[in-house]
Amino acid sequence: MTEPVAIADELTKRFGDFTAVDRVSFEVAEGEVVGYLGPNGSGKTTTIRLMLGLLRPTSGHARLLGYDTQTQAEAIRAQVGYMSQRFALYDELTAWENLSFYAGVYGITDARPLAVEFERLHLQAVRDTRAGELPLGFRQRLALATAIVHKPPLLILDEPTSGVDPAARREFWDLIYDLSESGVTAFVTTHYMDEAEYCGRVGIMRRGRLLAMDSPSHLKQTALHGRAWDVFGEPVLEALDALGRIRGVYRAGLAGDHLRALTEPHVGGKELTGMLEAEGIHTPRVVSVEPSLEDVFLSLADA
Amino acid sequence: MLAVDGVSLRVHAGEVVALIGPDGAGKSTTMRLLCGVLRADEGEIRLAGLDLRTDLEAARGKVGYLPQRFSLYGELTVEENLRFLAEVRGLPRQDWRSRSTEILEFVDLADVADRRAEALSGGMRQKLGLAAALVHRPGILILDEPTGGVDPVTRQLFWQLIIRLLRDGVGVLVSTPYMDEAARCSRLAFMDRGRIVLEGAPTDLRDRMKWQIVEIVGDPLPGLRKLASQDARVLDLQRFGDRLHLRLDRVDLPSVEADLRARAAQAGVRLTSLRPIPAGLEDVFLAQLQPESRAP
Repeated sequence: MTEPVAIADELTKRFGDFTAVDRVSFEVAEGEVVGYLGPNGSGKTTTIRLMLGLLRPTSGHARLLGYDTQTQAEAIRAQVGYMSQRFALYDELTAWENLSFYAGVYGITDARPLAVEFERLHLQAVRDTRAGELPLGFRQRLALATAIVHKPPLLILDEPTSGVDPAARREFWDLIYDLSESGVTAFVTTHYMDEAEYCGRVGIMRRGRLLAMDSPSHLKQTALHGRAWDVFGEPVLEALDALGRIRGVYRAGLAGDHLRALTEPHVGGKELTGMLEAEGIHTPRVVSVEPSLEDVFLSLADA
Repeated sequence: MLAVDGVSLRVHAGEVVALIGPDGAGKSTTMRLLCGVLRADEGEIRLAGLDLRTDLEAARGKVGYLPQRFSLYGELTVEENLRFLAEVRGLPRQDWRSRSTEILEFVDLADVADRRAEALSGGMRQKLGLAAALVHRPGILILDEPTGGVDPVTRQLFWQLIIRLLRDGVGVLVSTPYMDEAARCSRLAFMDRGRIVLEGAPTDLRDRMKWQIVEIVGDPLPGLRKLASQDARVLDLQRFGDRLHLRLDRVDLPSVEADLRARAAQAGVRLTSLRPIPAGLEDVFLAQLQPESRAP
Protein backbone atom coordinates (compact mmCIF):
# COMPACT_ATOMS: atom_id res chain seq x y z
CA MET A 1 0.00 0.00 0.00
CA THR A 2 1.31 3.44 -0.84
CA GLU A 3 1.89 5.90 1.95
CA PRO A 4 -0.79 8.56 2.40
CA VAL A 5 0.20 12.00 1.09
CA ALA A 6 -0.20 13.47 4.55
CA ILE A 7 -0.07 11.89 8.00
CA ALA A 8 -0.55 13.86 11.19
CA ASP A 9 -0.09 11.88 14.36
CA GLU A 10 -1.12 13.51 17.66
CA LEU A 11 0.25 16.79 16.37
CA THR A 12 0.40 19.39 19.16
CA LYS A 13 1.67 22.95 19.25
CA ARG A 14 1.77 25.12 22.35
CA PHE A 15 2.75 28.75 22.53
CA GLY A 16 3.36 29.30 26.24
CA ASP A 17 0.08 28.42 27.99
CA PHE A 18 -1.89 28.52 24.77
CA THR A 19 -2.46 25.26 22.94
CA ALA A 20 -2.90 26.27 19.30
CA VAL A 21 -3.09 22.70 17.98
CA ASP A 22 -4.14 19.93 20.33
CA ARG A 23 -3.43 16.27 19.46
CA VAL A 24 -4.56 16.48 15.86
CA SER A 25 -4.40 13.28 13.82
CA PHE A 26 -5.49 12.63 10.24
CA GLU A 27 -4.43 11.00 7.01
CA VAL A 28 -4.95 12.29 3.49
CA ALA A 29 -4.73 10.20 0.32
CA GLU A 30 -3.38 11.36 -3.03
CA GLY A 31 -5.82 13.49 -5.02
CA GLU A 32 -8.05 14.29 -2.06
CA VAL A 33 -9.43 17.80 -1.55
CA VAL A 34 -9.55 18.30 2.21
CA GLY A 35 -10.99 21.35 3.89
CA TYR A 36 -10.18 22.68 7.35
CA LEU A 37 -13.13 24.65 8.63
CA GLY A 38 -13.05 26.78 11.74
CA PRO A 39 -13.14 30.33 13.03
CA ASN A 40 -10.03 32.52 13.31
CA GLY A 41 -7.70 31.17 15.94
CA SER A 42 -9.10 27.62 15.80
CA GLY A 43 -5.75 26.19 14.71
CA LYS A 44 -6.28 25.72 10.96
CA THR A 45 -3.34 27.78 9.82
CA THR A 46 -1.05 26.53 12.60
CA THR A 47 -1.86 22.96 11.55
CA ILE A 48 -0.93 23.75 7.95
CA ARG A 49 2.30 25.44 9.05
CA LEU A 50 3.20 22.38 11.13
CA MET A 51 2.50 20.16 8.12
CA LEU A 52 4.82 22.26 5.97
CA GLY A 53 7.59 22.17 8.55
CA LEU A 54 7.43 25.93 9.04
CA LEU A 55 6.82 25.35 12.75
CA ARG A 56 8.13 22.62 15.06
CA PRO A 57 5.44 20.69 16.90
CA THR A 58 5.61 20.62 20.70
CA SER A 59 4.78 16.93 20.44
CA GLY A 60 3.54 14.45 17.88
CA HIS A 61 4.79 14.18 14.34
CA ALA A 62 3.77 14.53 10.76
CA ARG A 63 4.79 13.32 7.33
CA LEU A 64 3.97 15.03 4.07
CA LEU A 65 4.61 13.72 0.54
CA GLY A 66 6.75 10.96 2.03
CA TYR A 67 9.01 13.35 3.93
CA ASP A 68 9.37 13.96 7.64
CA THR A 69 8.13 17.49 8.29
CA GLN A 70 10.81 18.21 10.88
CA THR A 71 13.93 16.94 9.18
CA GLN A 72 13.01 17.32 5.51
CA ALA A 73 11.07 20.57 5.44
CA GLU A 74 13.09 22.01 2.53
CA ALA A 75 12.20 19.10 0.29
CA ILE A 76 8.52 19.54 1.16
CA ARG A 77 8.38 23.24 0.43
CA ALA A 78 9.74 22.80 -3.09
CA GLN A 79 6.73 20.59 -3.84
CA VAL A 80 3.96 22.75 -2.49
CA GLY A 81 1.91 25.41 -4.24
CA TYR A 82 0.36 28.05 -2.02
CA MET A 83 -2.51 30.39 -2.76
CA SER A 84 -3.47 32.80 -0.04
CA GLN A 85 -6.58 34.93 0.31
CA ARG A 86 -4.26 37.91 -0.03
CA PHE A 87 -2.86 36.95 -3.39
CA ALA A 88 0.76 37.73 -4.00
CA LEU A 89 0.08 39.29 -7.39
CA TYR A 90 1.87 42.34 -8.74
CA ASP A 91 -0.90 44.81 -9.53
CA GLU A 92 1.25 46.84 -11.93
CA LEU A 93 2.18 43.80 -14.02
CA THR A 94 -0.17 42.24 -16.58
CA ALA A 95 -1.67 38.81 -15.99
CA TRP A 96 0.87 37.22 -18.32
CA GLU A 97 3.79 39.08 -16.76
CA ASN A 98 2.72 37.88 -13.32
CA LEU A 99 2.74 34.28 -14.47
CA SER A 100 6.09 34.64 -16.29
CA PHE A 101 7.58 36.21 -13.20
CA TYR A 102 6.58 33.29 -10.97
CA ALA A 103 7.74 30.82 -13.60
CA GLY A 104 11.14 32.57 -13.58
CA VAL A 105 11.36 32.21 -9.81
CA TYR A 106 11.10 28.43 -10.29
CA GLY A 107 13.57 28.46 -13.18
CA ILE A 108 10.92 27.77 -15.83
CA THR A 109 11.84 29.61 -19.02
CA ASP A 110 9.81 27.75 -21.64
CA ALA A 111 6.72 29.84 -22.39
CA ARG A 112 4.79 27.09 -24.19
CA PRO A 113 3.56 25.12 -21.17
CA LEU A 114 2.70 28.42 -19.50
CA ALA A 115 0.56 29.42 -22.46
CA VAL A 116 -1.26 26.09 -22.28
CA GLU A 117 -1.91 26.61 -18.58
CA PHE A 118 -3.12 30.14 -19.26
CA GLU A 119 -5.62 28.84 -21.77
CA ARG A 120 -6.81 26.08 -19.45
CA LEU A 121 -7.51 28.57 -16.65
CA HIS A 122 -9.50 30.81 -19.03
CA LEU A 123 -7.07 33.69 -18.65
CA GLN A 124 -6.29 34.29 -22.32
CA ALA A 125 -8.81 37.12 -22.62
CA VAL A 126 -7.09 39.15 -19.89
CA ARG A 127 -3.51 38.30 -20.86
CA ASP A 128 -2.46 41.95 -21.22
CA THR A 129 -4.62 43.42 -18.48
CA ARG A 130 -2.85 44.66 -15.39
CA ALA A 131 -3.55 42.40 -12.42
CA GLY A 132 -4.76 45.34 -10.35
CA GLU A 133 -7.58 45.96 -12.83
CA LEU A 134 -8.87 42.38 -12.99
CA PRO A 135 -12.24 41.39 -11.52
CA LEU A 136 -11.92 39.20 -8.42
CA GLY A 137 -12.80 35.94 -10.20
CA PHE A 138 -9.96 36.45 -12.70
CA ARG A 139 -7.54 37.43 -9.94
CA GLN A 140 -8.32 34.21 -8.15
CA ARG A 141 -7.64 32.13 -11.24
CA LEU A 142 -4.43 34.05 -11.93
CA ALA A 143 -3.31 33.48 -8.34
CA LEU A 144 -4.03 29.78 -8.86
CA ALA A 145 -1.97 29.81 -12.07
CA THR A 146 1.04 31.29 -10.26
CA ALA A 147 0.64 28.77 -7.39
CA ILE A 148 0.76 25.75 -9.73
CA VAL A 149 3.36 27.02 -12.20
CA HIS A 150 5.95 24.49 -10.88
CA LYS A 151 3.41 21.62 -11.01
CA PRO A 152 3.36 20.91 -7.27
CA PRO A 153 1.74 17.65 -6.12
CA LEU A 154 0.26 19.47 -3.12
CA LEU A 155 -1.73 22.66 -3.17
CA ILE A 156 -2.62 24.78 -0.15
CA LEU A 157 -5.56 27.10 -0.68
CA ASP A 158 -6.40 29.68 1.94
CA GLU A 159 -10.02 30.81 1.41
CA PRO A 160 -9.53 30.64 -2.35
CA THR A 161 -13.01 31.82 -3.33
CA SER A 162 -13.95 34.17 -0.55
CA GLY A 163 -16.01 37.10 -1.79
CA VAL A 164 -17.01 35.76 -5.20
CA ASP A 165 -20.50 34.86 -6.35
CA PRO A 166 -21.58 31.20 -6.68
CA ALA A 167 -21.01 31.15 -10.45
CA ALA A 168 -17.37 32.27 -10.19
CA ARG A 169 -16.83 29.98 -7.21
CA ARG A 170 -18.09 27.04 -9.19
CA GLU A 171 -15.79 27.81 -12.13
CA PHE A 172 -12.80 27.94 -9.77
CA TRP A 173 -13.66 24.66 -8.11
CA ASP A 174 -14.01 22.87 -11.41
CA LEU A 175 -10.35 23.74 -11.99
CA ILE A 176 -9.43 22.34 -8.58
CA TYR A 177 -11.29 19.11 -9.38
CA ASP A 178 -9.36 18.81 -12.66
CA LEU A 179 -6.12 19.10 -10.71
CA SER A 180 -7.37 16.61 -8.13
CA GLU A 181 -8.28 14.11 -10.84
CA SER A 182 -4.72 14.36 -12.13
CA GLY A 183 -3.44 13.40 -8.67
CA VAL A 184 -2.85 16.78 -7.04
CA THR A 185 -3.83 16.85 -3.37
CA ALA A 186 -5.32 20.04 -1.98
CA PHE A 187 -5.65 21.41 1.55
CA VAL A 188 -8.20 24.18 1.83
CA THR A 189 -8.53 26.37 4.89
CA THR A 190 -11.74 28.29 5.06
CA HIS A 191 -14.37 29.73 7.31
CA TYR A 192 -17.07 29.69 4.67
CA MET A 193 -19.58 26.84 4.57
CA ASP A 194 -20.24 27.51 0.88
CA GLU A 195 -16.59 26.76 0.21
CA ALA A 196 -16.37 23.76 2.55
CA GLU A 197 -19.26 22.12 0.63
CA TYR A 198 -16.91 21.70 -2.31
CA CYS A 199 -14.32 19.69 -0.34
CA GLY A 200 -14.22 15.90 -0.49
CA ARG A 201 -13.65 15.78 3.26
CA VAL A 202 -13.94 18.52 5.81
CA GLY A 203 -12.21 18.73 9.16
CA ILE A 204 -14.00 20.92 11.68
CA MET A 205 -11.60 22.71 14.00
CA ARG A 206 -12.30 24.52 17.21
CA ARG A 207 -9.85 25.67 19.87
CA GLY A 208 -7.02 23.62 18.43
CA ARG A 209 -8.98 20.36 18.31
CA LEU A 210 -10.05 18.51 15.19
CA LEU A 211 -13.65 17.82 16.24
CA ALA A 212 -14.69 15.77 13.22
CA MET A 213 -13.39 14.95 9.77
CA ASP A 214 -15.55 13.42 7.09
CA SER A 215 -17.28 14.13 3.79
CA PRO A 216 -19.83 16.95 3.95
CA SER A 217 -22.69 14.49 3.36
CA HIS A 218 -21.54 12.15 6.13
CA LEU A 219 -21.04 15.03 8.50
CA LYS A 220 -24.62 16.11 7.84
CA GLN A 221 -25.93 12.59 8.39
CA THR A 222 -23.90 11.69 11.45
CA ALA A 223 -22.17 14.58 13.20
CA LEU A 224 -25.10 16.72 14.28
CA HIS A 225 -25.94 16.60 17.93
CA GLY A 226 -29.72 16.13 18.04
CA ARG A 227 -32.04 17.21 15.22
CA ALA A 228 -32.54 20.12 12.85
CA TRP A 229 -35.95 21.72 12.20
CA ASP A 230 -37.49 24.33 9.95
CA VAL A 231 -39.98 26.15 12.12
CA PHE A 232 -42.70 28.27 10.54
CA GLY A 233 -44.04 30.37 13.39
CA GLU A 234 -45.59 33.82 13.41
CA PRO A 235 -44.63 36.53 13.99
CA VAL A 236 -41.22 35.22 13.09
CA LEU A 237 -39.08 37.37 15.45
CA GLU A 238 -41.30 36.57 18.41
CA ALA A 239 -41.10 32.91 17.49
CA LEU A 240 -37.30 33.27 17.57
CA ASP A 241 -37.47 34.64 21.12
CA ALA A 242 -39.84 31.87 22.16
CA LEU A 243 -37.51 29.17 20.79
CA GLY A 244 -34.74 30.65 22.92
CA ARG A 245 -36.88 30.00 26.03
CA ILE A 246 -37.79 26.40 25.20
CA ARG A 247 -35.83 23.65 26.92
CA GLY A 248 -34.20 21.21 24.55
CA VAL A 249 -33.67 23.86 21.87
CA TYR A 250 -29.97 24.66 21.90
CA ARG A 251 -29.80 26.92 18.88
CA ALA A 252 -32.29 28.97 16.92
CA GLY A 253 -31.71 31.35 14.06
CA LEU A 254 -33.51 33.32 11.40
CA ALA A 255 -33.78 31.47 8.08
CA GLY A 256 -35.56 34.03 5.95
CA ASP A 257 -39.31 33.71 6.32
CA HIS A 258 -38.94 30.95 8.91
CA LEU A 259 -36.57 29.75 11.63
CA ARG A 260 -33.97 27.03 11.86
CA ALA A 261 -33.75 25.28 15.22
CA LEU A 262 -31.36 22.67 16.56
CA THR A 263 -32.73 20.55 19.38
CA GLU A 264 -31.64 17.76 21.69
CA PRO A 265 -32.28 14.31 20.19
CA HIS A 266 -35.40 13.59 22.29
CA VAL A 267 -37.39 16.62 21.09
CA GLY A 268 -40.11 15.78 18.55
CA GLY A 269 -41.99 17.93 16.05
CA LYS A 270 -45.36 17.79 17.80
CA GLU A 271 -43.72 18.64 21.09
CA LEU A 272 -41.95 21.62 19.52
CA THR A 273 -45.19 22.87 17.96
CA GLY A 274 -46.99 22.44 21.30
CA MET A 275 -44.36 24.36 23.23
CA LEU A 276 -44.43 27.20 20.72
CA GLU A 277 -48.23 27.40 20.75
CA ALA A 278 -48.06 27.48 24.55
CA GLU A 279 -45.80 30.51 24.22
CA GLY A 280 -48.52 32.16 22.14
CA ILE A 281 -46.84 31.63 18.77
CA HIS A 282 -49.04 30.56 15.90
CA THR A 283 -47.07 27.63 14.47
CA PRO A 284 -48.62 26.12 11.35
CA ARG A 285 -45.62 24.00 10.37
CA VAL A 286 -42.56 22.37 11.94
CA VAL A 287 -40.53 20.23 9.55
CA SER A 288 -37.62 17.92 10.35
CA VAL A 289 -34.84 18.74 7.87
CA GLU A 290 -31.42 17.51 6.86
CA PRO A 291 -28.94 19.72 8.67
CA SER A 292 -26.69 22.05 6.73
CA LEU A 293 -22.95 22.05 7.17
CA GLU A 294 -23.40 25.22 9.17
CA ASP A 295 -25.81 23.45 11.55
CA VAL A 296 -23.22 20.72 12.07
CA PHE A 297 -20.49 23.28 12.60
CA LEU A 298 -22.52 25.23 15.14
CA SER A 299 -23.68 22.12 16.96
CA LEU A 300 -20.09 20.87 17.32
CA ALA A 301 -18.91 24.30 18.33
CA ASP A 302 -21.51 24.45 21.10
CA ALA A 303 -20.87 20.98 22.45
CA MET B 1 -23.55 51.60 -20.19
CA LEU B 2 -26.78 50.83 -18.37
CA ALA B 3 -25.56 49.81 -14.91
CA VAL B 4 -29.00 49.67 -13.30
CA ASP B 5 -32.01 49.21 -15.52
CA GLY B 6 -35.59 49.73 -14.41
CA VAL B 7 -35.14 48.37 -10.90
CA SER B 8 -38.14 48.44 -8.55
CA LEU B 9 -37.60 47.37 -4.99
CA ARG B 10 -39.45 47.82 -1.71
CA VAL B 11 -38.06 47.24 1.76
CA HIS B 12 -40.52 47.40 4.64
CA ALA B 13 -39.82 48.29 8.24
CA GLY B 14 -38.58 45.26 10.16
CA GLU B 15 -37.66 43.36 7.02
CA VAL B 16 -34.26 42.28 5.70
CA VAL B 17 -33.98 41.99 1.93
CA ALA B 18 -30.93 40.47 0.22
CA LEU B 19 -29.61 41.68 -3.08
CA ILE B 20 -27.78 38.82 -4.77
CA GLY B 21 -26.36 38.20 -8.23
CA PRO B 22 -23.11 37.79 -10.12
CA ASP B 23 -20.25 40.30 -9.94
CA GLY B 24 -21.02 43.36 -12.01
CA ALA B 25 -24.80 42.81 -11.91
CA GLY B 26 -25.41 46.28 -10.48
CA LYS B 27 -25.92 45.51 -6.79
CA SER B 28 -23.47 48.07 -5.41
CA THR B 29 -24.66 50.71 -7.86
CA THR B 30 -28.27 50.13 -6.79
CA MET B 31 -27.23 50.60 -3.18
CA ARG B 32 -25.33 53.79 -3.96
CA LEU B 33 -28.39 55.14 -5.76
CA LEU B 34 -30.63 54.29 -2.81
CA CYS B 35 -28.54 56.13 -0.28
CA GLY B 36 -28.11 59.18 -2.47
CA VAL B 37 -24.40 58.79 -3.19
CA LEU B 38 -25.21 58.49 -6.90
CA ARG B 39 -28.06 60.16 -8.77
CA ALA B 40 -30.48 58.07 -10.79
CA ASP B 41 -31.12 59.13 -14.41
CA GLU B 42 -34.72 58.04 -14.18
CA GLY B 43 -37.09 56.70 -11.58
CA GLU B 44 -38.07 57.58 -8.08
CA ILE B 45 -36.56 56.77 -4.70
CA ARG B 46 -38.45 57.31 -1.47
CA LEU B 47 -36.78 56.77 1.89
CA ALA B 48 -39.00 56.70 4.97
CA GLY B 49 -41.57 58.59 2.91
CA LEU B 50 -39.15 61.27 1.73
CA ASP B 51 -38.40 61.84 -1.94
CA LEU B 52 -34.66 61.61 -2.50
CA ARG B 53 -34.78 64.11 -5.41
CA THR B 54 -36.60 66.90 -3.65
CA ASP B 55 -35.55 66.22 -0.06
CA LEU B 56 -32.01 64.98 -0.47
CA GLU B 57 -30.48 65.91 2.89
CA ALA B 58 -33.43 64.83 5.04
CA ALA B 59 -33.85 61.59 3.08
CA ARG B 60 -30.13 60.78 3.37
CA GLY B 61 -30.37 61.26 7.11
CA LYS B 62 -32.78 58.32 7.27
CA VAL B 63 -30.23 55.91 5.83
CA GLY B 64 -27.18 54.20 7.28
CA TYR B 65 -24.85 52.88 4.62
CA LEU B 66 -21.95 50.48 5.01
CA PRO B 67 -20.04 50.36 1.72
CA GLN B 68 -18.00 47.36 0.66
CA ARG B 69 -14.77 49.25 1.24
CA PHE B 70 -14.73 51.95 3.86
CA SER B 71 -11.94 53.90 5.46
CA LEU B 72 -11.25 54.34 9.10
CA TYR B 73 -8.59 56.55 10.60
CA GLY B 74 -6.03 53.95 11.64
CA GLU B 75 -4.33 56.37 14.01
CA LEU B 76 -7.55 57.24 15.81
CA THR B 77 -9.18 55.05 18.42
CA VAL B 78 -12.48 53.27 17.89
CA GLU B 79 -14.33 55.93 19.85
CA GLU B 80 -12.57 58.81 18.09
CA ASN B 81 -13.47 57.34 14.71
CA LEU B 82 -17.08 57.13 15.78
CA ARG B 83 -17.06 60.65 17.14
CA PHE B 84 -15.65 61.97 13.89
CA LEU B 85 -18.42 60.26 11.93
CA ALA B 86 -21.05 61.48 14.37
CA GLU B 87 -19.90 65.04 13.76
CA VAL B 88 -19.96 64.55 10.00
CA ARG B 89 -23.46 63.16 10.38
CA GLY B 90 -24.46 66.30 12.24
CA LEU B 91 -25.27 64.61 15.54
CA PRO B 92 -25.59 67.31 18.25
CA ARG B 93 -22.46 67.61 20.39
CA GLN B 94 -24.28 66.94 23.67
CA ASP B 95 -25.71 63.74 22.18
CA TRP B 96 -22.69 62.05 20.79
CA ARG B 97 -21.04 60.64 23.93
CA SER B 98 -24.10 58.81 25.18
CA ARG B 99 -24.83 57.64 21.66
CA SER B 100 -21.30 56.36 21.10
CA THR B 101 -21.36 54.42 24.37
CA GLU B 102 -24.73 52.96 23.46
CA ILE B 103 -23.73 51.99 19.93
CA LEU B 104 -20.35 50.53 20.96
CA GLU B 105 -22.14 48.37 23.49
CA PHE B 106 -24.63 47.33 20.85
CA VAL B 107 -21.91 46.09 18.47
CA ASP B 108 -19.89 44.67 21.39
CA LEU B 109 -16.89 46.97 20.93
CA ALA B 110 -17.13 48.85 24.25
CA ASP B 111 -14.09 46.95 25.57
CA VAL B 112 -11.90 48.20 22.73
CA ALA B 113 -13.19 51.79 22.59
CA ASP B 114 -9.65 53.07 23.22
CA ARG B 115 -7.92 50.77 20.78
CA ARG B 116 -6.55 52.28 17.60
CA ALA B 117 -8.58 51.32 14.55
CA GLU B 118 -5.53 49.90 12.77
CA ALA B 119 -5.18 47.29 15.54
CA LEU B 120 -8.67 45.84 15.03
CA SER B 121 -9.30 42.35 13.65
CA GLY B 122 -11.35 42.01 10.44
CA GLY B 123 -14.51 41.18 12.38
CA MET B 124 -14.11 44.12 14.77
CA ARG B 125 -13.47 46.42 11.85
CA GLN B 126 -16.75 45.40 10.23
CA LYS B 127 -18.57 45.90 13.53
CA LEU B 128 -17.12 49.38 13.79
CA GLY B 129 -18.31 50.00 10.23
CA LEU B 130 -21.79 48.92 11.29
CA ALA B 131 -21.62 51.19 14.36
CA ALA B 132 -20.63 54.09 12.11
CA ALA B 133 -23.58 53.42 9.80
CA LEU B 134 -25.94 53.36 12.80
CA VAL B 135 -24.61 56.35 14.71
CA HIS B 136 -27.43 58.72 13.64
CA ARG B 137 -30.19 56.15 14.34
CA PRO B 138 -31.29 55.57 10.74
CA GLY B 139 -34.54 53.72 10.02
CA ILE B 140 -33.03 52.18 6.90
CA LEU B 141 -29.77 50.29 6.76
CA ILE B 142 -27.94 49.49 3.54
CA LEU B 143 -25.09 46.99 3.88
CA ASP B 144 -22.88 46.14 0.90
CA GLU B 145 -21.29 42.73 1.55
CA PRO B 146 -20.84 43.44 5.26
CA THR B 147 -19.35 40.07 6.24
CA GLY B 148 -16.45 39.89 3.77
CA GLY B 149 -13.43 38.39 5.51
CA VAL B 150 -15.32 37.83 8.76
CA ASP B 151 -15.13 34.43 10.51
CA PRO B 152 -18.30 32.35 11.07
CA VAL B 153 -18.64 33.06 14.77
CA THR B 154 -18.44 36.81 14.19
CA ARG B 155 -20.83 36.45 11.23
CA GLN B 156 -23.35 34.87 13.61
CA LEU B 157 -22.98 37.83 15.95
CA PHE B 158 -23.32 40.24 13.06
CA TRP B 159 -26.61 38.63 12.05
CA GLN B 160 -27.85 38.68 15.63
CA LEU B 161 -27.26 42.43 15.58
CA ILE B 162 -29.25 42.72 12.37
CA ILE B 163 -32.12 40.77 13.95
CA ARG B 164 -32.14 43.16 16.90
CA LEU B 165 -32.34 46.08 14.49
CA LEU B 166 -35.25 44.44 12.65
CA ARG B 167 -37.05 44.19 15.97
CA ASP B 168 -36.67 47.91 16.41
CA GLY B 169 -38.36 48.34 13.05
CA VAL B 170 -35.28 49.09 10.97
CA GLY B 171 -35.55 48.02 7.32
CA VAL B 172 -32.37 46.40 6.02
CA LEU B 173 -31.07 45.87 2.50
CA VAL B 174 -27.97 43.69 2.34
CA SER B 175 -25.89 42.32 -0.52
CA THR B 176 -23.93 39.10 -0.11
CA PRO B 177 -22.10 36.54 -2.23
CA TYR B 178 -22.88 33.87 0.39
CA MET B 179 -26.06 31.90 -0.11
CA ASP B 180 -26.17 30.73 3.51
CA GLU B 181 -26.50 34.41 4.45
CA ALA B 182 -29.04 35.13 1.74
CA ALA B 183 -31.12 32.27 3.17
CA ARG B 184 -31.54 34.21 6.41
CA CYS B 185 -33.30 37.11 4.70
CA SER B 186 -37.05 37.74 4.48
CA ARG B 187 -36.86 38.27 0.73
CA LEU B 188 -34.28 37.98 -2.00
CA ALA B 189 -33.90 40.09 -5.10
CA PHE B 190 -31.70 38.48 -7.73
CA MET B 191 -29.96 40.97 -10.04
CA ASP B 192 -28.39 40.19 -13.37
CA ARG B 193 -27.10 42.76 -15.88
CA GLY B 194 -28.67 45.68 -14.10
CA ARG B 195 -32.15 44.21 -13.71
CA ILE B 196 -33.96 42.37 -10.94
CA VAL B 197 -34.81 39.08 -12.62
CA LEU B 198 -36.21 37.12 -9.70
CA GLU B 199 -37.69 38.08 -6.36
CA GLY B 200 -39.27 36.24 -3.45
CA ALA B 201 -38.84 34.65 -0.04
CA PRO B 202 -36.03 32.05 0.10
CA THR B 203 -38.51 29.20 0.57
CA ASP B 204 -40.57 30.50 -2.35
CA LEU B 205 -37.63 30.69 -4.71
CA ARG B 206 -36.60 27.15 -3.85
CA ASP B 207 -40.15 25.84 -4.28
CA ARG B 208 -40.63 27.73 -7.53
CA MET B 209 -37.59 26.11 -9.15
CA LYS B 210 -39.16 24.16 -11.96
CA TRP B 211 -36.30 21.68 -12.14
CA GLN B 212 -35.41 18.77 -9.94
CA ILE B 213 -32.02 18.63 -8.28
CA VAL B 214 -30.69 15.10 -7.92
CA GLU B 215 -27.74 14.17 -5.74
CA ILE B 216 -25.64 11.20 -6.80
CA VAL B 217 -22.77 9.60 -4.96
CA GLY B 218 -20.49 6.89 -6.28
CA ASP B 219 -17.05 5.66 -7.09
CA PRO B 220 -15.06 6.73 -9.01
CA LEU B 221 -16.77 10.09 -9.07
CA PRO B 222 -15.06 11.39 -12.25
CA GLY B 223 -16.34 8.30 -14.10
CA LEU B 224 -19.84 8.90 -12.82
CA ARG B 225 -19.60 12.53 -13.79
CA LYS B 226 -18.64 11.57 -17.32
CA LEU B 227 -21.60 9.18 -17.62
CA ALA B 228 -24.05 11.78 -16.33
CA SER B 229 -22.66 14.46 -18.63
CA GLN B 230 -23.37 12.28 -21.68
CA ASP B 231 -27.11 12.36 -20.95
CA ALA B 232 -28.72 15.28 -22.78
CA ARG B 233 -31.60 15.34 -20.26
CA VAL B 234 -29.10 16.37 -17.58
CA LEU B 235 -29.28 20.14 -17.95
CA ASP B 236 -26.51 20.94 -15.51
CA LEU B 237 -23.97 19.04 -13.54
CA GLN B 238 -21.91 20.20 -10.59
CA ARG B 239 -19.49 18.37 -8.35
CA PHE B 240 -19.60 19.16 -4.64
CA GLY B 241 -16.79 17.28 -2.91
CA ASP B 242 -17.87 13.66 -2.74
CA ARG B 243 -21.14 14.05 -4.65
CA LEU B 244 -22.66 15.38 -7.84
CA HIS B 245 -25.71 17.57 -8.27
CA LEU B 246 -27.70 17.06 -11.45
CA ARG B 247 -30.37 19.45 -12.63
CA LEU B 248 -33.13 18.01 -14.79
CA ASP B 249 -36.77 18.31 -15.72
CA ARG B 250 -38.93 16.61 -13.09
CA VAL B 251 -40.55 14.33 -15.66
CA ASP B 252 -37.16 12.99 -16.72
CA LEU B 253 -36.16 11.74 -13.27
CA PRO B 254 -37.26 8.06 -13.62
CA SER B 255 -35.77 7.59 -17.07
CA VAL B 256 -32.52 9.38 -16.24
CA GLU B 257 -32.17 7.26 -13.13
CA ALA B 258 -32.81 3.97 -14.98
CA ASP B 259 -30.36 4.89 -17.75
CA LEU B 260 -27.67 6.03 -15.37
CA ARG B 261 -27.93 2.87 -13.27
CA ALA B 262 -27.70 0.69 -16.36
CA ARG B 263 -24.78 2.56 -17.86
CA ALA B 264 -22.93 2.70 -14.53
CA ALA B 265 -23.23 -1.09 -14.16
CA GLN B 266 -21.98 -1.52 -17.72
CA ALA B 267 -19.00 0.78 -17.20
CA GLY B 268 -18.06 -0.76 -13.86
CA VAL B 269 -18.77 2.48 -12.01
CA ARG B 270 -20.41 2.18 -8.62
CA LEU B 271 -23.52 4.31 -8.10
CA THR B 272 -23.97 4.24 -4.33
CA SER B 273 -26.86 6.61 -3.99
CA LEU B 274 -29.19 8.65 -6.15
CA ARG B 275 -31.86 10.81 -4.57
CA PRO B 276 -33.88 13.89 -5.42
CA ILE B 277 -33.05 16.68 -3.01
CA PRO B 278 -34.66 20.05 -2.37
CA ALA B 279 -33.01 22.83 -4.36
CA GLY B 280 -30.69 25.07 -2.39
CA LEU B 281 -30.34 28.78 -3.03
CA GLU B 282 -27.03 28.05 -4.71
CA ASP B 283 -28.91 25.84 -7.20
CA VAL B 284 -31.46 28.61 -7.75
CA PHE B 285 -28.63 31.08 -8.33
CA LEU B 286 -26.79 28.90 -10.83
CA ALA B 287 -29.96 27.87 -12.69
CA GLN B 288 -30.89 31.51 -13.05
CA LEU B 289 -27.63 32.20 -14.86
CA GLN B 290 -28.07 29.33 -17.32
CA PRO B 291 -29.16 30.58 -20.75
CA GLU B 292 -32.25 28.35 -21.12
CA SER B 293 -33.78 29.67 -17.92
CA ARG B 294 -33.45 33.37 -18.66
CA ALA B 295 -36.57 35.38 -18.98
CA PRO B 296 -37.21 36.21 -22.66
